[in-house]
Amino acid sequence: MNWRTPRTGGLALLAAVIALLPLALVNNYWYEVAILIGINAIVCVGLNLLIGYAGQISLGHAGFFGLGAYGSAILSVRYGWPPAAALAATTAGVALLALVVGRPILKLKGHYLAMATLGMGIIISIVIVTEDRLTGGPDGMSVPAFTLPGLTLAGERVWYWITGAALLAAVWIALNLIDSPAGRALRALHGSEVGAQVSGIDATRAKVGVFVISAVFASFAGSMTAHYSGFITPGKVSFFHSIELVTMVVFGGMASTFGAVIGAAMLTLLPQLLTILKEYEMVVFGGVMIATMIFFPRGLLPSLMLALGRKRK
Amino acid sequence: MNAPQLEVTALSKAFGGIHAVDQLSFEIEAGKVHSIIGPNGAGKTTLLNLLTGVYAPSSGSVRLEGSDVTGLEPHELAARGMARTFQNLQIFFNMSALENVMVGRHLRERSGWFTAMLRFPRLTAGERESREEAAELMRFVGVGEYIDADADAMPYGALKRLEIARALGSKPKMLLLDEPAAGLNPTETHDIDTLITRLARSGVTVVLVEHNMRLVMGVSDHIVVLDYGRKLCEGSADHVRSDPRVIEAYLGSEGLAAC
Repeated sequence: MNWRTPRTGGLALLAAVIALLPLALVNNYWYEVAILIGINAIVCVGLNLLIGYAGQISLGHAGFFGLGAYGSAILSVRYGWPPAAALAATTAGVALLALVVGRPILKLKGHYLAMATLGMGIIISIVIVTEDRLTGGPDGMSVPAFTLPGLTLAGERVWYWITGAALLAAVWIALNLIDSPAGRALRALHGSEVGAQVSGIDATRAKVGVFVISAVFASFAGSMTAHYSGFITPGKVSFFHSIELVTMVVFGGMASTFGAVIGAAMLTLLPQLLTILKEYEMVVFGGVMIATMIFFPRGLLPSLMLALGRKRK
Repeated sequence: MNAPQLEVTALSKAFGGIHAVDQLSFEIEAGKVHSIIGPNGAGKTTLLNLLTGVYAPSSGSVRLEGSDVTGLEPHELAARGMARTFQNLQIFFNMSALENVMVGRHLRERSGWFTAMLRFPRLTAGERESREEAAELMRFVGVGEYIDADADAMPYGALKRLEIARALGSKPKMLLLDEPAAGLNPTETHDIDTLITRLARSGVTVVLVEHNMRLVMGVSDHIVVLDYGRKLCEGSADHVRSDPRVIEAYLGSEGLAAC
């Protein structure tokens, strides 16, 4: 084990932060914030594989998040499935949907891909809002606690550890993927698509693959949210949430798994800290975003690492 | 005579009304160095893009080792033993030099998603082997000093050779080089010359598109001369050099004297 590699060292650091953070979480409210950070981070780590590493864009990932949340909710509430089975079936269903949708739309590039994924997200959002007999429509629906035989998972403290473990697993999987032949193929596509193709990489297959993986990450995080919070509304499926997720990835630093975690943490935490500013909250929030992109153009983590590296030399 | 490795028949590619490659037929023999020359805009790079699947032909056919490969995707042709470099580099600047060459081995690696995500032990062994072989290839083409470098920190001449190393990563049967000497100084050009000869000797068929006549005349077993997308003539270096049509269209009497 080489602890100085970003892989092992970073994973150890993240595990330490997750283990020690409860010391600073003074009440349930801060536990909730921490869980929300973890859930957003899981989605962003997946989305960063697509955006940061493979160089594709999705403005519709809140749709996959929402499908995960509502899939779990509908199967367990309306059809009485055990939550674990609902989670598994929903994840598989979203993977299949991403595969079917991904094949045609990932042939598009740049702005056109952005438009297509945007449309996909909006369609999912509209379906969830209008199918009110299943989803409760704009009012949302309540979801039972996550139960396993002889065990009920409820309460902020329990979910904190579940989310922490899931985030560690997500980061581990992402790091593994990036540092493998399949991950190199993704990065190669970003570097030069034609260069990758003549090296034997099936571009469509690779793009659809990473699209499915990122959708599964989002769907899983959605399912977790549904069972943890006990109540879901279409707000988290909206176009705005999709943009928020992309912003987190860019803010933390594209093509950096830990950057995605930091971006999710910062942009989830910042609005909570800024609530003391009342009506000026969004103004300051926007100002922080603009300043960050001006002074850290590669995103927070990669820019800081670059600056540190320069200093050392 | 052996059956040709690559058989191009009446191959055409039109962009709008422009016939970039027009009814072109020729054959490529295994293990030899073939050059494609012609004035600027003669369709050389278009031809390379057709042969490697980057463009789909408007009409005509390409047969590789006896089977029809017309219109196949670049990755499918790569799987059948074709590799290439580009005139304007297509390096992965977001990766390290070594990783660039490792991508070249893609077809010979375990690229399964689950194996990768869960990091099965067999992956780790493959990765070590891949890294060693990529480093070996980098030394072979003469960029061994950049093994630990990021691709975007390498000079132009080294990047040209890095692309050759990447192309060799797939253990190709046929290597197509698009102007490997463009932008290089005479010493670097000489190194490319040596490299091409070594590659041909190791059994790889080389298809060379190049403007440097000294290089072309020196290494080629067979030359195809293009002009306006059509074949002007073909044959050995001596044959091409003395063809009056080539002299008129391309070399000019002074250019001829120079080589």
